[in-house]
Amino acid sequence: MKRILISLPLQIGVAAFLLLRPAITQAQFEPAGPVSAFSIPLGSLLQPQQLNRMLQKPSKEPPLILQVGSHLLFAEAHIPGSEYVGPGSRPAGLDMLRMRVSSLPKNQPIILYCGCCPWNHCPNVGPAYRLLHNMGFTNVKVLYLPSNFGDDWVSKGYSVAKGS
Amino acid sequence: MPRAARTDCVWFRHISGVSRVFLFFLCACVFLGDVPVHAVTPAILQRAPDFSRPALNRVPVRLAGYRGKVVLLDFWATWCAPCLTEIPHFMQWQNQYGPQGLQVLGVSMDDDDSAVRRLTAKLRVNYPVVMGDEKLAGLYGGILGLPVTYLIDRNGIIQARFQGETDPARIEAALNRLLSAKPAQR
Repeated sequence: MKRILISLPLQIGVAAFLLLRPAITQAQFEPAGPVSAFSIPLGSLLQPQQLNRMLQKPSKEPPLILQVGSHLLFAEAHIPGSEYVGPGSRPAGLDMLRMRVSSLPKNQPIILYCGCCPWNHCPNVGPAYRLLHNMGFTNVKVLYLPSNFGDDWVSKGYSVAKGS
Repeated sequence: MPRAARTDCVWFRHISGVSRVFLFFLCACVFLGDVPVHAVTPAILQRAPDFSRPALNRVPVRLAGYRGKVVLLDFWATWCAPCLTEIPHFMQWQNQYGPQGLQVLGVSMDDDDSAVRRLTAKLRVNYPVVMGDEKLAGLYGGILGLPVTYLIDRNGIIQARFQGETDPARIEAALNRLLSAKPAQR
């Protein structure tokens, strides 16, 4: 009985740790805003090399590629053929995105990207993805840029366009 | 030389060569661990490109006007969380190291200045902030991800570039080295 009493707090402590561990781990990442990039399902992420390969092959149904971050960074460099639709972190940006896709079929392939800052701090891709998901779009991918657009796309030698 | 001995020598030389390569990489890793990210950027050890534009308070700012001071040039934006984490450190350093010759200069990469004005007023930023654009970003090799911090020595030479989330202690250590260095005689 005495042994049980001694070990009980230890067992409770271990159980509490195991239960709280996901929350502790999540807190270390400090989500950027109300809708973190981490909210995007892993299956919806697209690696830069995958997109680069896609761009090199002509397709009958090319994806619509939308930059949902800073216009200044877009003007500096962007993926050829991509369009700027405003920052996903701001209501005005989400309105622009909503307007751009409103007439498209729900199975339209769409690729979102930002690359303004490290993925765990990107305020734009999470809200943009959620908006399209809530609008019923079923074929939305988000380009995974862990550091930023410069490091993960431009520095890799993938093709780039400049200007607005 | 007997064959066995020659073989031993070849073996020794081979191992020695591998060891040398290993030691080289080991040393490189140890030293590079303390080098700012993107130390290979062409701009490092080159003269900082000069620019001139009005600060948010409309006072004209020219980078070359800070010659003789150590300049911390911070490319940032209001939507960049790691940038906002750095600003209080920069403000503190401006106070602490300003008398030793530090000048912090912020370049906002926001698309418009309204949010920048609100935030700098709220934080009471104690150094000049100017608005950036494609041209200014291009002078510094393209700013395609934030934050980016340059350290420019008293002679106007870029000595370090830090990109992304960086431990402020690393920036401060590099800053202290520049502040304690004497300017070159010209």
